[in-house]
Amino acid sequence: MANPATGRSFLQAMTSVEEVAPPLRVVQMEGLAVLKIIKHCKEFSPALVTGQLLGLDVGSVLEVTNCFPFPTREEDEELEADGANYQLEMMRCLREVNVDNNTVGWYQSTLLGSFQTAELIETFMNYQENIRRCVCIIYDPSRSNQGVVALKALRLSDSFMDLYRSNNFNGEKLREKKLSWVNVFEEIPIKVSNSALISAFMTELEPDSPVTQCDFDRLKLSSAPFMERNLEFLIECMDDLTAEQNKFQYYYRNLSRQQAQQQVWLQKRRQENMQRKAAGEEPLPEEDPSNPIFKPIVEPSRLDSYLITNQISNYCNQVNGAAGQGFSKLYLMKALHEN
Amino acid sequence: MEQFRPDINLMDIRGSPSNVQTKEKNKGEIRFPTLFVRALQNQIALATKTSLPSTAAPPQLKSASKISTEKMATTAATSSKQTVLQYPGAAPSVSARIHPVVLFNICDAFVRRPDQAGRVIGTLLGSTSSDGTVEIKNSYVVPHNESADQVALDIDYHHNMFVSHQKVNPKEVIVGWFSTGFGVSGGSSLIHEFYSREVQNPIHLTVDSGFTNGEASIKAYVSASLTLGDRQLAAHFQEIPLDMRLIEAERVGFDLLKNTSVDKIPNDLEGMESSMERLYTLINDVYKYVDDVVEGRVQGDNNIGRFIAEALASLPKLSPTAFDKVFNDKIQDNLSLVYLSSLTRTQLSIAEKLNTAAQIL
Repeated sequence: MANPATGRSFLQAMTSVEEVAPPLRVVQMEGLAVLKIIKHCKEFSPALVTGQLLGLDVGSVLEVTNCFPFPTREEDEELEADGANYQLEMMRCLREVNVDNNTVGWYQSTLLGSFQTAELIETFMNYQENIRRCVCIIYDPSRSNQGVVALKALRLSDSFMDLYRSNNFNGEKLREKKLSWVNVFEEIPIKVSNSALISAFMTELEPDSPVTQCDFDRLKLSSAPFMERNLEFLIECMDDLTAEQNKFQYYYRNLSRQQAQQQVWLQKRRQENMQRKAAGEEPLPEEDPSNPIFKPIVEPSRLDSYLITNQISNYCNQVNGAAGQGFSKLYLMKALHEN
Repeated sequence: MEQFRPDINLMDIRGSPSNVQTKEKNKGEIRFPTLFVRALQNQIALATKTSLPSTAAPPQLKSASKISTEKMATTAATSSKQTVLQYPGAAPSVSARIHPVVLFNICDAFVRRPDQAGRVIGTLLGSTSSDGTVEIKNSYVVPHNESADQVALDIDYHHNMFVSHQKVNPKEVIVGWFSTGFGVSGGSSLIHEFYSREVQNPIHLTVDSGFTNGEASIKAYVSASLTLGDRQLAAHFQEIPLDMRLIEAERVGFDLLKNTSVDKIPNDLEGMESSMERLYTLINDVYKYVDDVVEGRVQGDNNIGRFIAEALASLPKLSPTAFDKVFNDKIQDNLSLVYLSSLTRTQLSIAEKLNTAAQIL
């Protein structure tokens, strides 16, 4: 008797262990994938391009071993089937040469970090339906001119995804789940790994000069154009944010006005009912659904404002980073000049 | 899969000119072509490093060719035209530049090759500039089968992949092919022939993944064919200069690409720090060198001295007040930007609290 009981509990334990996947802690990319992404995004900049990531999902690490770019789609609807065909063809061909055939996400390029859009979230939801764990890698070629490898791995947080599915973005729901704009996207740290062969080649081929191109990029004094564009985007985003806030104000004003109207109407009804009772007639109902003042007003969704807020904070971070670098460079120049 | 049967296998050349010559030749006369072909075998189908390839060969060949042409002229039925051995002696004016993505792709393909394959073969994509420099920008592997005397290449796969790549980037065209392994082998000439049907002067890239000779040798070749009249005898692979400066890899940073695993990508401040440190060590080295020269410990080199003087002179000369003004302006700008961004972020958190905390009722 004890044995079947333990057997069942053991089986239950096993099944419960299988369902809980370890949370994604790190994304491990191969140098090959990094270089391919950089090459593709840079070639087509400033146009925005996307591509597919291939790799393996191992425990708490998501390995990205290869990637291939998507052709830029025209506005024509007929090319949708072409796009799917292209993808299938590429996956099939890569399978033949023993490349991991498993989709683990997609990558896209961005311009100065303005990637938090509704389309990104929609694409995420689409991918999430088919693949258990997927990640989106964002690369910013304009920031790479400053000498930084601007690669980021993003994921939507689980609570946000649940809320998105229920398509309910009221203030109450959000407060319940304690979901603020910070919690929409999760950034995952990236590790880079290389095979031993390529590591040997790179060690051989590394030039002997002590200064590399990335040093030249980093120590450039002219960061003004970058800052200017950042600020331009920031200002535009602030305008959008104020528009959103106006929408909310309008909604609240309407709501309070509607409630005041409802109160007034209710009072009148009550008075009427008292009169009727005095006259011996039936009281009228206290509600009247056909009256337009009882029509519920839809609360505007907060999704857009969250996304805009994310973008703004991104721009602010970038400005901070660039300004910090600028300080160091300026003090360096000062020291050189004094000598 | 289309199969390549070798039309001309180097081992078979021994008897080939005899097809043209009739049977009335006695053995002595046939021996001359044999000898000169053996000389060819030794010299050709191997990489030659010097720009004047096999300077010893031309005199030998010329004399041999003279004899053979005489024989041809006398015995051939249509002896009106002279058949001359074509041998391009000059070095080609092409040079190649390779991007690091290609190298990574080749190595990755080599690591993932099927067990029975000894090497991997694939196509190179890129572009050719007007002055003859070929830029190799991308590559993909093509499955192939290789046995003792046959090489089979999956042409459909090659074509499909090319079409797919063209969809993404129509400007990248086929510029050649690559193979891993050291040196050029007999089968390579056949594959090279196939690729020369696709593009005019294909480049053959060999990546020595076995590290023979203890060093990483990546070489590029173009092939010139040796023809005797209408008949192709052999293909001569001449090495062309290969520019492997890997600027894109430098941008990413060799630290990321060199080590087998890097724990995190450095963010901007850390990168700035390492660049500054490098600059500091450079300046220190220069300082020590100048000190040594002044003290007489090290013989001064005029060229280095000129470089240092040039570098120092390139600092713009500003009067202290002008420099201070410019400097302070910039610092003020940066400070105001930092202030503005912090203010914005505070505003954001307040706005968010207002939005979600507001309740009616």
